[in-house]
Amino acid sequence: MNGFLDGFFDIPSDLQHSWLGLIGLHLREALLPVLAGLLLALPLAQLCVRFRWLYPPVLGATTILYAVPSLAFFVVLIDYTGQTELTVMIPLAVYSLVVLVPAIVDGVRSVPQETLAAATAMGFGPVRRYLQVQLPIAVPAILAGLRVATASSISLVSLGALIGNQGALGNLLAAAQKYDRPELAVNSVVTTAVLAILCDALLVLLRVVLTPWMPNGARSRPKTGGRRQRPVPQDVIR
Amino acid sequence: MTSTAKSSWSRTRHTGAAAVALTAAAALLAGCSSGDTSDNPLAGEKAQDGTVVVGSNNFAESTLLADIYGEALKAKGVKVTYKHNIGSRETTYGLMKNGSVTVLPEYNGSLLAYLDPKAEQKSAEAVNEAVKAKLDKKLTILQSSPAEDKDSVTVNAQTAKKYKLTSSSTLADLKDAAPDLVIGGSPEFQTRHQGLEGLKSVYGLEFKSFKALDAGGPLTQAALTRNTVQAADIFTTDPTIVKEKFVVLKDPENLFGFANVTPLVHKSGLPQKGVDALNAVSAKLDTKTLLELDAQVQLEKKDPLDVAKAWLKSAGLD
Amino acid sequence: MNVLNFVSAFFSDSAHWHGYDGIPQRLLEHVQYSLLALALAAAIGLPVGLLTGHTGRGGNALAFIATAARALPSFGLLVLIVIMMGFGLLPVMIPLVILAVPPILVTTYEAVRSVDPSPVDAARGMGMRESRILFQVELPVALPLILSGLRSAAIQIVSTATIAAYVSLGGLGRYIVDGLYQRDYEKVVGGATLVAVLALVTLAVFWAAGRLAVSPGVRRR
Repeated sequence: MNGFLDGFFDIPSDLQHSWLGLIGLHLREALLPVLAGLLLALPLAQLCVRFRWLYPPVLGATTILYAVPSLAFFVVLIDYTGQTELTVMIPLAVYSLVVLVPAIVDGVRSVPQETLAAATAMGFGPVRRYLQVQLPIAVPAILAGLRVATASSISLVSLGALIGNQGALGNLLAAAQKYDRPELAVNSVVTTAVLAILCDALLVLLRVVLTPWMPNGARSRPKTGGRRQRPVPQDVIR
Repeated sequence: MTSTAKSSWSRTRHTGAAAVALTAAAALLAGCSSGDTSDNPLAGEKAQDGTVVVGSNNFAESTLLADIYGEALKAKGVKVTYKHNIGSRETTYGLMKNGSVTVLPEYNGSLLAYLDPKAEQKSAEAVNEAVKAKLDKKLTILQSSPAEDKDSVTVNAQTAKKYKLTSSSTLADLKDAAPDLVIGGSPEFQTRHQGLEGLKSVYGLEFKSFKALDAGGPLTQAALTRNTVQAADIFTTDPTIVKEKFVVLKDPENLFGFANVTPLVHKSGLPQKGVDALNAVSAKLDTKTLLELDAQVQLEKKDPLDVAKAWLKSAGLD
Repeated sequence: MNVLNFVSAFFSDSAHWHGYDGIPQRLLEHVQYSLLALALAAAIGLPVGLLTGHTGRGGNALAFIATAARALPSFGLLVLIVIMMGFGLLPVMIPLVILAVPPILVTTYEAVRSVDPSPVDAARGMGMRESRILFQVELPVALPLILSGLRSAAIQIVSTATIAAYVSLGGLGRYIVDGLYQRDYEKVVGGATLVAVLALVTLAVFWAAGRLAVSPGVRRR
């Protein structure tokens, strides 16, 4: 049968990667920025928690950065970082930062005063209290932010195809157009979606591992009464 | 929750999880080290000594020609890496200048029109002399091939019928019809002299509007076939012209000038044996051959690299 | 940084202010795409979110759908649909709606679910019908959160609608894509500025809508 899926894995040579190579490249281009965003967001969020006056301006600045379309970000960066992976990864790291800072700040702030007081009474210093009490309790909120950042990052990498073969699986989209081979576009969309779902599942698993005190499978919301947590941040996916 | 025992337990949990995460990240990095190492994160830095970087623009023929150049160089023992699908000439020229790309398939007259929009194009030799004079001092062009692939203003069958345009019609004949027509082309066509600007200044054509598509690729072909645009910038080697009965308008004022496939090279990056190899390719490549090779890639969906290798073999250049 | 110079050069060039490629036309197209996509996404997300939130059923299915929809790459979908179906508004609407439904759906569900159960029970005890409970008790209390979901969706749409230009549609993305191929930073930066401003205007509109629509009693909580 001369089916539609003929040549599904037949990656044009000008992409210079096999299908698996593209997947590896895509994961690297998508996940390293999230990691970088997280590493930057943790201290920044802590500063925002420590100095309350800092949070509104940080939030304002990140909102404006977030409103800049990623493609424009790429194009302006080309002059500084060339047509390279770095040009794709810097904006993604910024977007991750933008999602993660409010998630961490809200998570850390949601720790009840009495818990903090108890920790202090037990002789915990501020650093130890932060690392062993506040951060673990904030884990569900942080991971919710990470899920959004990861999904958005994986989707956005594809746009790198527009700046010269820097879009990993997204390059398949450009190739699909150039050679009029729709099956390559199907491959790109399906593979990207599966990667996003797998990464999301891993993050959910990570949350279960990191928060053994929470009932498995529970969404981060108590049933009734008690302290209501803010819903999962839905912001920032493009 | 905050008892010492509990908290130390939760700490080991965290350390464990962090270790897992780090291992995963390391595996990720290691697993991906097959990634494109030719991509130097510092733009402008020259390619490694002895390695020739062959670039291509974002359309199928450019990729094919880059593959032909690259494989011909490899056959003569030159180390080659590819940097494909970079973008438009506006982008690739900058990368040629700063040495991140060493060799790029170009079209002599189109390149001249980019370097000097007002230049007259009387003969291929004169064009090449003018290009060499105008090029950045670090760059030069090698011998042009007889193979030609011009930009052209091409109308679809419906439009040709409506305005009685035939293959002997010229761009000047479009003058009355133009205000009713939408013209399509790559985004850069809008601002190029060999584009809307020249059509206006040379032929007095002012179209109803411009629709940005791709560089003579499937978007443009589809838009013209479906009458989303009535006229478009189509490459003269495009196999769909015959298939869809498009009409290419003649260009008596030579706005689109000469467009012989010509290697643009960074002088310091290419050894003499590489120069010889590319000149040998140019000598063998003519328009008929290019049309055939394009059809293999665009209609028969063969991989450009395979097509390039097969042709080099048949031409005795491998 | 000379980005500001680019911005002022872009906006002071009178050629950028009229015609089919002028700022008013491109802005209008962008707003049209965005409003249409938001309306379609709201028409799907709001009723489903309200209903599931009210009954409390289908939360897991909803989370699954939202995750799956979030995983679909907008740009990839756009290119794929254009290759399969050709040009038009529809290929742009599908990815934008898929992008916007999850935040609206999930936030609406969460908003209705997190309404304090005691007034709901009281209303039910007073003999209110379920539809009245939903619209007169739960909806007013849930409104701020529902609006925030719509706001996220709207901002994402405004920002993402730029990719329509890659498949030759209009909108503000035109400047960014054209600028990329023409090596014209003025256009790229000008287009990005317009999109960012439009996003901030969207924020302001939702803030104002919140002031107008949310009952003062709920707002003060």
